[in-house]
Parts: sequence; C-alpha cells; structure tokens
Amino acid sequence: MADKVLMKGNEAIAEAAIIAGCRHYFGYPITPQTEVAAYMAKKMPKIGGVFLQAESEIAAINMVYGVSSAGKRVMTSSSSPGISLKGEGLSYLAGSDLPALVVNVQRGGPGLGGIQPSQSDYFQATRGGGHGDYHMIVLAPASVQEMAELTVKGFELADKYRMTSMILADGTMGQMMEPVSLDFDVAPAPEKPWATTGTKMQREHNIVNSLSLVPEELEQLNFERYKRYKIVEENETRYEEYMVDDADIVIAAFGIAARVSKNAVNEARAQGIKAGLIRPITLWPFPKAPFKKAATHAKAMISVELSMGQMIEDVQLATECRVPVTLCNRAGGMIPSPEQVLEAIKEADKNGGAK
Amino acid sequence: MSARNYLFSGFGGQGILFIGKFLAYKGLIEDKQVSWLPSYGPEMRGGTASCSVIVSDEPVGSPIVSNPDVLIAMNLPSLDRFEDKVVPGGVIFADSTLIERKVKRDDVTVYYIPATALASENKMPTLANMIIGGKILKVFNEFDEQSVRNALGKVISAKHADMLEVNLKAMQIGADYE
Repeated sequence: MADKVLMKGNEAIAEAAIIAGCRHYFGYPITPQTEVAAYMAKKMPKIGGVFLQAESEIAAINMVYGVSSAGKRVMTSSSSPGISLKGEGLSYLAGSDLPALVVNVQRGGPGLGGIQPSQSDYFQATRGGGHGDYHMIVLAPASVQEMAELTVKGFELADKYRMTSMILADGTMGQMMEPVSLDFDVAPAPEKPWATTGTKMQREHNIVNSLSLVPEELEQLNFERYKRYKIVEENETRYEEYMVDDADIVIAAFGIAARVSKNAVNEARAQGIKAGLIRPITLWPFPKAPFKKAATHAKAMISVELSMGQMIEDVQLATECRVPVTLCNRAGGMIPSPEQVLEAIKEADKNGGAK
Repeated sequence: MSARNYLFSGFGGQGILFIGKFLAYKGLIEDKQVSWLPSYGPEMRGGTASCSVIVSDEPVGSPIVSNPDVLIAMNLPSLDRFEDKVVPGGVIFADSTLIERKVKRDDVTVYYIPATALASENKMPTLANMIIGGKILKVFNEFDEQSVRNALGKVISAKHADMLEVNLKAMQIGADYE
C-alpha cells in the first residue's frame, strides 16, 4: 500500500476527483467546504484542468451541465444553502440523464443557518433536491478515507447510470484530518456515444435536453429512468454493520453520527447491553435489507442524526414499523455526544418494545 | 497507551492547529490511528482556536474530544473554558506566561511552562506552541529526535524547510524545561 498522508476531508475529495480523471471543477466558496475549491484552484492549472470560480452556485451547476454534455467527468461542491441554489440545475441534469458529481458538505439550516456541521439536508438529497421525479445516488462518507473513495466511486456510478452522484458529508468530515491512502484503481470513463462532441460530419447530431412537450413521450422517459433507478437499488446499495448480529438495540447512523454512535455501542457492550450499528453508506438507494433483517431480533432501534429526524423515516419504512424507532439527535450545528447516544441506548433497552 | 485524546486551545496565531497536526503526524509515522479536528466556527474568527487530536492503537471512533486526557491551554480563556472538561487523572499543560492563575483542580497533573516568555527569550517568538509540544513529548517519554524530525518534515512545507531546525530547537527547549 502506498504511504498514507494526513489530509482534510475536503482536500481528499479534491485529490480523489483528480485521480478519478476529473479535469473540470466549477464552484463558489462557502464554509465549510471551501478547501475543495482552494485545492482545485491550486492543482487544476498545473495538470491542464479547469478551475473556475463562477459568479454564483447557479452558474457553477450549469457549467457542470455543459461539461457533462460534452462527455467529461465534472464536479461542483458547496454547502447547504449553496446546494439549494443548485436545485434547479440538479433537476435539469436528471432530466437530461447527465452524469455529474456534486458535493454537499452540510452546515446547519434552514436559511443561511450557521457554519457548523449538520445532516439536515438528508431529505433534500435523498428525495431529489429539485423538481420532478428523479433520484441522485447519495453517498455518505464517515472518514477521510471514504471521502476519497466515495468520490472515485461517485464518478464511476454517475457515468455507469447517467445520474448525479452526491457526496453528502458534513462540516466535521470536511474539516477533519485523518490518514488517507490515495492508491486507487479507477475504472476509466465508459464510452459516451450520447455526448455532444461534434459530429465531424460522420453521424447525426446528439442533443442533450430536458424539454419534452409530448406527455406520452415524457412519461416514457420517466418510466425508462425509473427502470434504471431500480437496477441501482438492486446493485449499488452499500452499508456497514457493526455488532448487529445479536443486537437488541440497533442504531442507524451515517457520517459523523455513526462515528459518535460507534463509541456509544462499544461503551454499551462494555456495560452488558447488546447494542449494534447499521451505517448506511448509500443514503439513496437506502439499505433496507439489513434493517429489515435486524428488526427480526432487535427490540428497538435508534436513529442518531444531526437533524430534527429525517433518516428515521427511512428506518421506519425499511422495518415496516415492526420495532419502535426513537430519535437521538442534535440540530443547528450541534453534534450528539457518545454519552447522549449511550443514554438513548439504555433508555431503549429499558423500555424496549413496550412502546 | 490505547488512546490519548488531546485538546489544544489558545488564540488564533499561536500555532494551535500546527502543534496538533505535528502530534497527529508523529502518531501516523509511528503506525498509530490518528484524527485531527479543528474548530472552524465564528469563535475562531473572534480569536480563539482549538483542535481535537486523537492518537490511538485502535481505529478512532468519534474525532471530537469533549473530555480530553490532555489539555494544552495557551491562554486564560482556554483554561477557563476547558479545565473542568479534563478527565480525572488527566494532564494539563498551561502557558504560564499568559495564564497567571493556577489550575483549580487537584485530580489532574499540571505542568506550567512559560512558553511565550521562553520563545521570546530565545528569539523564536512564534514557537511557544512547539516549546509546549517538546514538554508534552518529554512528559510522555516520547521525545525521540529522529521521530520528531520526521514528523516536522511532514508538517513544515517545502517552502519553509529551513524552519525545521528552529522548530526542533524550540521543542528541545520545552523538553529541557523543568
């Protein structure tokens, strides 16, 4: 294995994107993801790539649309309020079946909110973000190593399924440094016969467009798109299980919340409570199967979130409400402590199943 | 040592993040699991900087250090804010040039180092952080010159490579301070 280096999560995303062959980055600065842009500004000109600080987030996402139409790997990054601005562009990318990587290093909201870590854009990310029927592949890293790995994966999946991949991180993941190995096997971008690369008078024009005024045709496009989404759901769901096999109390948590929860699970086990953790790595598609399975032996589940409770709905759906699911949360930029999660585990263990 | 949780705190400009990064890199070189998490909030812009560093034999869970084993307080507001958070039996390193009061707790070990004054006397006014860093390594019996050199080589950018020796000297001053 290659030497590990210490990197910030934001820098790891940028370097991994370059390794994945991304040579076009468009963005607009916002805390806590600005290091992505800073890294790109430094590196891209040296390797023949493009770094462009757009006049706004809306401009940046539309530049992404343009480069993706031309068949190249392309990305943008922002934080919560900036992602809202990109919402229109995300919908257009989906409507045109264009691959792209979009990074959201979340901060507390709503509105301009604060700059501290949050996970309160879960609904926005997993339900689409813009208008219309569509999904993005949503990847939730829980370490700097995963910030890098899922960036590479995100590009590959985006190209494979002609979808937007979103990295849904948070302020701690972006700002923290951990050892990271950048020794990746990157699948080369597939052929993109649909890309607008010039006909050279050899073929028909390719047209990239999201406008379709004949409802029968537009319906068909939606049907086709959802067939693809079905394949993604079947093949690309990712998660990590930690001490779930015999667990009475199962925690659902992603990103930084999963890191905190792991400490609490260890402490609960040390105190004789059989706790476990399911960490979704893809938030869409949501890993329903491990939750459904855990519901056969767990007496209660706890969704640990940096939000007012968003993923909890997916946990309830996945378990078909067979076990009580409680929420253990902080919001607005605050992070639950391992002690808070441990208390929630003890509480659930005491009341388990009674609710 | 299974895991040691450090919390570094002081004014912006005292090199709080840098000394934290140094210790994290030293851990990495020694095959430990490490994490480094800075404060990046509005308080940083108001003048306070802090960072959490974990050096562990096991994979690091939460990177957030709320109850440090080791607190490095480089100014009074930092000591006021974090003194009560240190775990019983923990260690506090305080820059006694800038902190006039004593630590109130009696269940922790405290080292007072006049780091800012020592830095100034030795004509290295920006290296109070490394003086305290040297003392930390000495206290934990981890001051190995080669290992310190290697870690400094990682955290000092190529552009400032000539600063390595003076950083090492600062750490030596801290290590030798009784």
